[in-house]
Amino acid sequence: MSLLLDHVTLTYPDGDGRLTALDAVSLDVPAGSLAAVVGPSGSGKSSLLAVAATLVTPDSGRVVVAGTETSSLGPAQKAELRRETVGIVFQQPNLLPSLTALEQLQVMAHLSGRTSRTARERAGELLDAVGLAVQAHRRPHQLSGGQRQRVNIARALMNEPSVLLVDEPTSALDHERGAAVMELLAGLTAERGTATVLVTHDRTHLDRADRVVTVRDGRITEEARV
Amino acid sequence: MFVAWRDLRFAKGRFTLMGTVIVLITLLVGLLSGLTAGLARENVSAITGLPADRLAFAAPPDGRSVSFTDSTVTASQWRDWAARPGVSAAEPLGIRTLNAAAGGRTAAVSAFGTASGSGIAPGGTGPGRVVLSTSAAKELDVTPGDTVRLGTLDAAVAAVSGDASYSHTPVVWTSLGDWQKLGHSGTTPEEQATVIALSGAGADWAAGDAALRTSSKTIDEALGAIGSYQAENGSLQLMRGFLFAISALVIGAFFTVWTIQRSADVAVLKALGASTRYLLKDALGQAVVMLTAGTLFGTGLAVGFGALISGGDVPFVLDPLTVLGPAAVIVVLGVLGAALSIRRITAVDPLTALGSAR
Ligand SMILES: Nc1ncnc2c1ncn2[C@@H]1O[C@H](COP(=O)(O)OP(=O)(O)OP(=O)(O)O)[C@@H](O)[C@H]1O
Ligand SMILES: [Mg+2]
Repeated sequence: MSLLLDHVTLTYPDGDGRLTALDAVSLDVPAGSLAAVVGPSGSGKSSLLAVAATLVTPDSGRVVVAGTETSSLGPAQKAELRRETVGIVFQQPNLLPSLTALEQLQVMAHLSGRTSRTARERAGELLDAVGLAVQAHRRPHQLSGGQRQRVNIARALMNEPSVLLVDEPTSALDHERGAAVMELLAGLTAERGTATVLVTHDRTHLDRADRVVTVRDGRITEEARV
Repeated sequence: MFVAWRDLRFAKGRFTLMGTVIVLITLLVGLLSGLTAGLARENVSAITGLPADRLAFAAPPDGRSVSFTDSTVTASQWRDWAARPGVSAAEPLGIRTLNAAAGGRTAAVSAFGTASGSGIAPGGTGPGRVVLSTSAAKELDVTPGDTVRLGTLDAAVAAVSGDASYSHTPVVWTSLGDWQKLGHSGTTPEEQATVIALSGAGADWAAGDAALRTSSKTIDEALGAIGSYQAENGSLQLMRGFLFAISALVIGAFFTVWTIQRSADVAVLKALGASTRYLLKDALGQAVVMLTAGTLFGTGLAVGFGALISGGDVPFVLDPLTVLGPAAVIVVLGVLGAALSIRRITAVDPLTALGSAR
């Protein structure tokens, strides 16, 4: 299951005119491959993820998520697509304050109408995989910034997404943790055949990506093989 | 309700505070309802307890409405009513509020005069013999066989029966003859009463009214003819109405603030794929839980408090309708208020979850 952006243009209202955040961007991420997106702040990296996650509708161009052409979908169908096929790791952790780490993951199963014991077990395993087995019953305010970010990552994996969109996952982590997270994402991508887009500032882990894309002023200006 | 339950527990303080407000409002509404029903019963139970379909008053002057104090009907009117087709009974009923005395005690009572064998009063009345309602007997401290003085009339207590009450005074049932003497000024020799209690099926009431210069009302309509009833009941109902409105507004305000506070969480849940329906159900469920818990607790307090005071002199009626009715109204209005505030969940843009707002 792949992710395809085809000549996607996205503008935001900006005073009297409009600001072009994405300018005819095309990107094809096949299943099982990890594309890293780098670029200066404000270049349009998060906007690219937002379009791919169906959180915003582009002005023009096609977005095909896991074989589904998204332009014809209504809000409820887009929500279902996000729930069942897309995993999003947010730039900031975005955890729900009243839920424990384990529950942050369980809620994903609940949204899909699955509330079984297996969901709980899977949540436990995922927390274990990001090194948070001990902190499973802590709420966000009892976790460190890096721990929160790892819960954020584990949550995105909960519903076994075929498209994984990751925004700056390692910025709050030390080098070792960052490497471990990159390892986890690269491994998952290969094993489960997900199409993964990873936005990052951190050039140190780029060797784990299958390809690196640079975004500048809303345009993919350079594509380099590592 | 996965997130909603955990929010309830996590934001315990806020929800407890709001729940307490609901408890207090419910308690207040419950007490007011019991009091309203109690006062109403003291005001009208003698009328609502009459085994009659309608009451015929003397037709009031143009532009005025009927009233018990202004009404006088004559013997020819009740005889003519009785003779009309479809009318099975037309019994005169005299009503007059006056002082009663027995031993050293006095009490304001309502004398209800009825013809013997009319069936609208408890049995036992006759010339010089009266039947007291329980509270009249209690206030005057008399038992059957004792003598009471009603205005100018001395009468034997034939029986104590029922708890009829009219215009906040207990009823003393007398014979029609005695009742006519009670207020007799010596200038109106014709037999008379206050109203005619009518029963019957398929009678043409309007035609009878027109022919006999009366104005017949259903029992419910007739309650409005008791001077104090409408004003008293109206103001109590108004207070209750205001409390209902206040509770709906307070709950609406609470959930407005609460929904705004958690709109960032809502955006995250939407971005993660929660449907708007799921989120609305979650939030509304939370409101229902809080409202139901608060209302049940408040109603329980009202019942307990009511049971404490209803034995004494305070007129207070505790029955399922006065207790559960207002509770149900508060829940329904509260859910409406909450629903209006929670609606803004629909407008939350999941895109904001990607921003760096938090
Ligand atoms: N919701 C929005 N409304 C209006 N303009 C926006 C909105 N989101 C982003 N922008 C603008 O679009 C451009 C691209 O923003 P975007 O968030 O995609 O950048 P980014 O590459 O993710 O930056 P960073 O590395 O700082 O996260 C910026 O100029 C930004 O100001
Ligand atoms: Mg960004």
